[in-house]
Amino acid sequence: MLVNLISGDTPRSAVLTVLLLIVLVCLAGAPFLFPGVRSLETAATICIFILLVASYDLLLGYTGIVSFAHTMFFGLGAYGVALASIHIGRGWGALIVGSLSGAVAAAALALIIGLFSLRVRAIFFAMITLAVASAVAVLVSQLFNITGGEDGLTYLIPRELTPAFRMGELFGVRVNGRVLNYYLIFVACLALFLLLLRIVNSPFGRVLQAIRENDFRAEAIGYRVVWYRTAATCLSAAIAALAGALYAIWLRYVGPDTTLSFEIMLDILLMVVIGGMGTMYGAVLGAVIFVLAQNYLQNLMGVAAEATEALPILPLFLDPNRWLLWLGLLFILSVYFFPTGIVGRLRSGR
Amino acid sequence: MSDVLRIEGLFTDIAQYHILEGVDLAVPRGQVTMLLGRNGVGKTTTLKTVMGHWAAKAGSIRYDGQDITAWPTPARARAGIGFVPEDMGIFTDLTVEENMVLAAASGPPDAARLERVFAAFPPLKTFWKSEAGTLSGGQKQMLSIARAMAEERVLYLIDEPTKGLAPAIVSTMAGALRELKGQGASILLVEQNFAVAKALGDHAAVMDDGRIVWTGAMAELAADAGLQERLMGLSMEAE
Repeated sequence: MLVNLISGDTPRSAVLTVLLLIVLVCLAGAPFLFPGVRSLETAATICIFILLVASYDLLLGYTGIVSFAHTMFFGLGAYGVALASIHIGRGWGALIVGSLSGAVAAAALALIIGLFSLRVRAIFFAMITLAVASAVAVLVSQLFNITGGEDGLTYLIPRELTPAFRMGELFGVRVNGRVLNYYLIFVACLALFLLLLRIVNSPFGRVLQAIRENDFRAEAIGYRVVWYRTAATCLSAAIAALAGALYAIWLRYVGPDTTLSFEIMLDILLMVVIGGMGTMYGAVLGAVIFVLAQNYLQNLMGVAAEATEALPILPLFLDPNRWLLWLGLLFILSVYFFPTGIVGRLRSGR
Repeated sequence: MSDVLRIEGLFTDIAQYHILEGVDLAVPRGQVTMLLGRNGVGKTTTLKTVMGHWAAKAGSIRYDGQDITAWPTPARARAGIGFVPEDMGIFTDLTVEENMVLAAASGPPDAARLERVFAAFPPLKTFWKSEAGTLSGGQKQMLSIARAMAEERVLYLIDEPTKGLAPAIVSTMAGALRELKGQGASILLVEQNFAVAKALGDHAAVMDDGRIVWTGAMAELAADAGLQERLMGLSMEAE
């Protein structure tokens, strides 16, 4: 049954299986295993980025399409929830309408971009997505009457999802709406991740992989490459928008920096590469490592700097303010030692 | 006998190079037509232009009575043209099974068809669940032919299926092509191995410099060493 649930796409490595189970258990029990606002914040961000990175891997890893518009789709979902919550009013209906409209808008925009540019060479498609994403980011900044401009939007979500909604204690942890909110995100991300696994392991997914390997061969068998590429782009965009909607539900705030920035796009690319392209499990490991490093590397370096303060020079390198340097070094090393990503390396068994 | 494929005055350019310069060729239905010639004369380009990979600059390609010159590649494939490229054309990241299922665009191959494939290429049954990238060169070539057999095709375009293979595998490959021929398929086959060409071919067309310079019965070409020498610069006897 479990194999069926993951669409027969087993991890094919004992170490990878253990790592994935650890991630699943930690995320499933995060509010109780790691109580505290910051750890819950990190766990929710990991869930959302696993979904976002997996949806991007459907494009990059499985179909071989390089797109720079993924954060734009992520932002569309987030702004969908924000605008619906503001205009319809606080409630579950606004969340559903906002999420679905964001996903539909993202898929429609992806369809237009795809039909116009997926016939051309990959590099042109990448450039077009970059141009469209930049234009949308500028538009969101300029249309401040609707989008709140650079300040973004804050809004109310159903009370049951806020800290004010108290439900008592469980395992010594105070359970409130924030914990419910976390589980809404965890379950939605898990369900959508399983859906992505189903897609990539379906006949449709196999055609995408064939197209990635050689598009002419796929055409010579009878598959319409442009149709499949466009369908993959739309699916990926819709799921990215749903990830954005979940992020908006969690943050209760959207702004260009949190959902549309090019930095997020680079983060997604790094997570895909670190985890391993063309494998959904790579998105899990890539997102976990990246988000944990972003959130805790500074603290870890602070501890290391204190522990080595008696030594010469070393504490200078371990200064918490230099965390970005170490993060960069970590990525260079991971790409050097794991050219096929962590999952690729674990599966090859070398 | 009707022609399943008729090419008339076909010109194809690749970038600034004029590769095909007025190819005229007919492939009779249910027979094997060998496309022969020295390296670089346009044999592969002819197959790829028929398949739609390269656009024809001028001329026409008629398949089964229809002008397919402007058709996109998937439409040509769905109309019943199977293509086995020189580089084997398998998907190395997918398993043998997935390659076979993918090759049959109208639905997975039935048990009887698979049995025929396994009978022709026993190693494919052994490595059914293995990634195609892990197969040996010969097994990859077997898979590439097997993929063309995964679905009923009217016309097969096969580009050098025995290139670089060990003699034992060449013989397996020739056996499979003979079976395909026995099923009544029409085949346009580019082949450098003269023994295979002689054994399989009903007709032959020799290319030189982007044109067909000779057409006739394969047996006639095989029997005339002087003609071979004149057309291709070598003879089967030398082979």
